[in-house]
Amino acid sequence: MSLRADLAAIAAHVSSGTRVLDIGCGDGALLAELERASGVDARGMELDAGLVEKCVARGLSVVQGDANTDLAEYPDKAFDYTILSQTLQTATRPDKMLDELLRVGEKAFVSFPNFAHWRTRAALMFGGRMPVTRALPVSWYETTNIHHVTIADFRDLARAKGAHIEREWFFANETQIGASVANWRAEFAVFQLSR
Amino acid sequence: MNAAPASKVYTLPEDLPLDCGQVLAGAQVAYETYGELASDRSNAILVCHALTGDQYVASKHPITGKPGWWERMVGPGLPIDTDRYHVICANVIGSCMGSTGPASPAPDGSPYAMRFPVITIRDMVRGIVALLDGLGIARLHAVIGGSMCGMQTLSLAANWPERAERVLVIASTARHSAQNIAFHEVGRQAIMADPAWADGDYYAADASPDNGLAVARMAAHITYLSEEGLTEKFGRRLQDRSSKSFGFDADFQVESYLRYQGSGFTQRFDANSYLYITRAMDYFDLAEEHGGKLANAFDGSSARFCLVSFDTDWLYPTAESRHIVHALNAAGAKVSFVELSAPAGHDSFLLPHKQLDRVVEGFIK
Repeated sequence: MSLRADLAAIAAHVSSGTRVLDIGCGDGALLAELERASGVDARGMELDAGLVEKCVARGLSVVQGDANTDLAEYPDKAFDYTILSQTLQTATRPDKMLDELLRVGEKAFVSFPNFAHWRTRAALMFGGRMPVTRALPVSWYETTNIHHVTIADFRDLARAKGAHIEREWFFANETQIGASVANWRAEFAVFQLSR
Repeated sequence: MNAAPASKVYTLPEDLPLDCGQVLAGAQVAYETYGELASDRSNAILVCHALTGDQYVASKHPITGKPGWWERMVGPGLPIDTDRYHVICANVIGSCMGSTGPASPAPDGSPYAMRFPVITIRDMVRGIVALLDGLGIARLHAVIGGSMCGMQTLSLAANWPERAERVLVIASTARHSAQNIAFHEVGRQAIMADPAWADGDYYAADASPDNGLAVARMAAHITYLSEEGLTEKFGRRLQDRSSKSFGFDADFQVESYLRYQGSGFTQRFDANSYLYITRAMDYFDLAEEHGGKLANAFDGSSARFCLVSFDTDWLYPTAESRHIVHALNAAGAKVSFVELSAPAGHDSFLLPHKQLDRVVEGFIK
């Protein structure tokens, strides 16, 4: 099974035999890969009942829940890794969610679409309208992305929260690119954090 | 019991200790099985039954002649596939379909009636575990239950954690709420207010407390349905008449339906069993049994858990399932949870539901 590039980067860096919570796990593609490839004790949380049902039907341990409120029910350091893929920008309070990720997990992976990508900038600068791009395909009035964030913004947030960035990956067109001009060129970013 | 095939009956070789401090000597557990037990005994699934249910999960009821209560779920090629699994369903202690209960003879030869000790959900499970011992099944592939059978399922997982690999709890709760107890008390008082109840000593008499038991069933039946379901099924429609009678006949279809449910129930159920089993459910509080903290109940459990609730179930609402999920998370147990949408309220778990089928089939695979 081929995983989306950000998920593949995460899957490649989860050590075997660890405990993982994938928040906003969707249809469980990453969970299934982690269980299959690295013998990880992988759990998920997902808001959509239809997706949860798909996960359970394929034998995954997934709880229907809202990451904005339900992470509070997990004990401190219950997991070796928490994973939040492409969900941070939909959180009611991304700053508090980052705190929760690092409370519940020893380490956290966070991936998000970079709002400072040149296409987004161009759409605003030359079009004067909210961007609808490959990475952000939904119109402003339908999108669940209520807190758009750039790579530079996220670094600031991590610093303010005392979170240490251990690793980072940047992707354009499903291909990994360098960090130097990532805030211009990356469509997606993935960070591995600890505190 | 009529001329239908009787269940298998296992007589416990030892006294059954009860939570109240007494013991049941020579207790019997009636049970049905479906599908072949594998030679290594690894494919056994225990399906528990609800308050007024019985062991006839997938076979014709010997008294009513109706199909098994979960025939759409248990059978060849169905989600609980009897071509793959050996399914066991046992009548609980305290019931009246072959297992020892208040209608059974006490050691002195006459029925226990109200001399039957007050039992708990854990006592029921203790009886079932004794049956599993007798059948030589050390570890179940899965234990599955909805409603009161969900309570037994949770009790088994908490008190005999080594006995089940997978634990599936549908539309259930880890404790009876004040509202749950209140509805049960209405039912018990209806039975006890029936002169034919005679302090429970009616087995040799001409009449049984059928009127009281029917009212108890009617009250309980309302809690199994949703307002939406009742409105859709009956609305304010009148029964076999074009205008109101200005009397107290069953003018409305919903009245007629409830009366039918109530009287039909008395044909197959013992009033004293209803008292004892509702009491056991009211006493159920899994956290209380484990130092007041529900997470303690599941400490160190290696089983996989799955909880399912229905959005229109107001008897055991989603919040009760979530409460259990939180405890399992705190205990570090592997748990899945999903709230399914269904119009029929608590009874949804017994009705056709494709998503439920997929969850059950996928979880036990």
